[in-house]
Amino acid sequence: MRSLQARYNRDRVMVALLLLGTALAALPLLLLLGYALIEGFTSLNWDFFTKTQKPPGELGGGMAQAIVGTIILNGVGLLLAIPFGLAAGILLSEYPEHPLNPPLRVLSDTLNGMPAILKGLLAYVLIVKPMGGFSGLSGAVALAFIMLPILAKSTESVLRLVPWTIREAGLGLGLPRWRVILSLVFPAARAGVVTGMLLALSRAAGEAAPLLFTAFGNVYMQLNLLQPMDSLPVRLYTYAVSPYDDWHRQAWAAGLVLLALIVLTSLLARWATRGRQ
Amino acid sequence: MQAPLARLKRPSALYRMLGDRVFVVVVTLLALGIVALSLGLGYYLYLGGAQAIERFGFWGFLTGTTWDPALKEEFGAWPYLVGTLLTSFCALFLSLFPAIAAAIYAAEYAPKWLVGIINYLVDLMAAVPSVVYGIWGIFVLAPFLRENLFLPAYLWTAEHAPGILPYLGNPSGYGFFTAVVILASMIIPYTTALARDAISLVPQAQREAAYALGATRWEVMRLAMLPYARGGILAGVILALGRALGETMAVAMVIGNTNIMLKLLGIPLLYPLFGPATTMPSVIALEFKEAVTDIHLSSLIALGFYLFLVAFVVNLLASYLINVFKVGGQRA
Amino acid sequence: MIRPEVKTTSGNVHEELPLRMETRGLSVFYGKKAGVREVSLPIYNNRVTALIGPSGCGKTTFLRALNRMHDLTPIARVTGEALLDGQNIYERGVDPVEIRRRVGMVFQKPNPFPTLSVYDNVVSGLKLVGIRHKGLLDEAVERSLTQAALWDEVKDRLRAPSMSLSGGQQQRLCIARALAVQPEVLLMDEPTSALDPISTQSIEDLMSELKKHVTIVIVTHNMQQAARVSDFTGYFLTGELVEFGPTNQIFTNPKDPRTEAYITGRFG
Repeated sequence: MRSLQARYNRDRVMVALLLLGTALAALPLLLLLGYALIEGFTSLNWDFFTKTQKPPGELGGGMAQAIVGTIILNGVGLLLAIPFGLAAGILLSEYPEHPLNPPLRVLSDTLNGMPAILKGLLAYVLIVKPMGGFSGLSGAVALAFIMLPILAKSTESVLRLVPWTIREAGLGLGLPRWRVILSLVFPAARAGVVTGMLLALSRAAGEAAPLLFTAFGNVYMQLNLLQPMDSLPVRLYTYAVSPYDDWHRQAWAAGLVLLALIVLTSLLARWATRGRQ
Repeated sequence: MQAPLARLKRPSALYRMLGDRVFVVVVTLLALGIVALSLGLGYYLYLGGAQAIERFGFWGFLTGTTWDPALKEEFGAWPYLVGTLLTSFCALFLSLFPAIAAAIYAAEYAPKWLVGIINYLVDLMAAVPSVVYGIWGIFVLAPFLRENLFLPAYLWTAEHAPGILPYLGNPSGYGFFTAVVILASMIIPYTTALARDAISLVPQAQREAAYALGATRWEVMRLAMLPYARGGILAGVILALGRALGETMAVAMVIGNTNIMLKLLGIPLLYPLFGPATTMPSVIALEFKEAVTDIHLSSLIALGFYLFLVAFVVNLLASYLINVFKVGGQRA
Repeated sequence: MIRPEVKTTSGNVHEELPLRMETRGLSVFYGKKAGVREVSLPIYNNRVTALIGPSGCGKTTFLRALNRMHDLTPIARVTGEALLDGQNIYERGVDPVEIRRRVGMVFQKPNPFPTLSVYDNVVSGLKLVGIRHKGLLDEAVERSLTQAALWDEVKDRLRAPSMSLSGGQQQRLCIARALAVQPEVLLMDEPTSALDPISTQSIEDLMSELKKHVTIVIVTHNMQQAARVSDFTGYFLTGELVEFGPTNQIFTNPKDPRTEAYITGRFG
């Protein structure tokens, strides 16, 4: 027989272990956030947002071209991904009897689990190689590849949250299925769909690996999608591994801006779906 | 829903049939985009790497230990494959205890206000970009590990057991162990989130069954909750492994990127614990821009193809395990 | 021992019966709302006590107060006394884990541990207290499965997964699991509401046998079931105990007009 006291002692030991594990799990994030905040804020200045790169070794300059590039690349990527992602979400949620439904689910999940760098390689093989050069377009496509499965998944899950009674009410009135989906189900799920887009954006915005050999990077402001284009993650990486202290400073600033972007999107997403669940 | 319903007219039968057909076709075609992308990913990576795979052979490329773009123009994936598997599995091992402890704590033990904070931190941690982990690794983690772990351990070993120094490697801070620590911190939130969800999906009836038998809190966890959630937890672990395998930037920034391996029984199987190592994604990221010859480029894409195969198997394994360990309904 | 104030006909035999449990002015609050108000009720040893009443009347809430299951709900609060063998289970220093071992529970829906075999389900409570001896465990399995009228059906597949049993068998497995730790009281919360008529019959049949070993409190919304299986019946309405007495008296000659209205089917 095991005494109750012994069992309670074991319970207490386990709680202590769980707390220790939780602390260990939180530690790296807290340290990372702390350093990013301190190093980032001391490095951030107005030039960072308004100026482009100065020649190596010279102090000052900023990442204006990378900020603009990140906005363009992700914006175009999202626009490219939306029709495919939403359609896949609709098919997954509204057409359970469709023969494409089960394979689409498996493949979409698999695609989501695929390393981002492979999506960059695919964009390289499909676009950079045939076009003969790096371009913002290929970078946007690579980011769209990353966003697609996220969009599909989130669209599916928010459409599923819409009560079946709404669909039945529409179908009962003699509305065709597509009108029910577009005019009744979709509006009811609008906030959730937007949240899914924000989620996809925040995942793609921090990616550097798929942009290295697609959008490539650029030290000048570039708005032409057919030319190499800069982005914050790629610029951060380039500066971080460089030998210049002033570039390290700017890399930290870029890290803080990226983190702020992601926190903002997640707060925005929470705000959009407030009062749900 | 009253207002929108009232605005919609009842349309003719032809319009309805045609509309539904057209809509389904459009949706199907667009959704096929994802199908094509998933299948195309493997196909085009193979195509891009075909030159290298044909020249060195499928197994020859996989097991080739030389990677020499400059002189011999000979390429083999072995050092990168081993580096990827070693770093990922070590990181997985290192992350298991904190990740699952945090999941159990958040799902069952933590007070309500703390649960919200833990959940937000986990979500945030999963969203922190790889390059941000990387810059932290370069300027904070690597110097810290060098001063407080690598150097003391290295000096102690040099004095007491100089024979195993080669297995420790250069304690510069940029190498295998630092990469493993970074990777582990990055995959903890994935495992935690999925394991936490799996635990909170355990029906209340199961918890109560254990409590009503006179079980303590931990005994309820062990008797009722963990066995029920094991499929979800395991899948979370496997998906985290998938993340680790494909993680690029943070690893590339701290791992030192050297493909010189240690031999075990005459076969190159290990990297020095503290010294530099390399992985498939990081060599792709680092060498792609500098690759000038076709065979070098093709070899890098071929590495991507093998990475695709590994990630594919891991993902399928995860969904298979979810099904195998799914706790049945009324009858099995 | 002070008798609770309940409406019973004085001078009946049951007042001479020994008590196993007893509540005095027991209330259960969810937040500010009282789910059960000031209930005083005797639970006689080796008898079946049925709690009946319309849904939402607080009978299940009351039942769960008898083995401190409300401890698991943060917003629930219990006041008053619940005595087990004369000791208040809500007294400071009384251990809820120990109470739940002595007062077992069977739930509405069968909830065997799905990853465990039939055998391991039955012994799960014994293993918690550290009993590992195979002979003891085997003995307990046969005894509790026999008491739960399941032994003959499963003795050849004790190692089969618990989910391979039918719904009725699963519920009897849960009864066996609760009996294995030899509780003094068994609480049953609508144990047959999720079962088919034949399984219901078999569980009702085994209760008269079971009460030789254990005191039973059963919540049911099925009046016929209460009439068939119980010795005493308490009628609950909106969180209060309206009437308590020997079952045949409650069903044939209720004292309270509200009980009569329910019994004769005017509402509920």
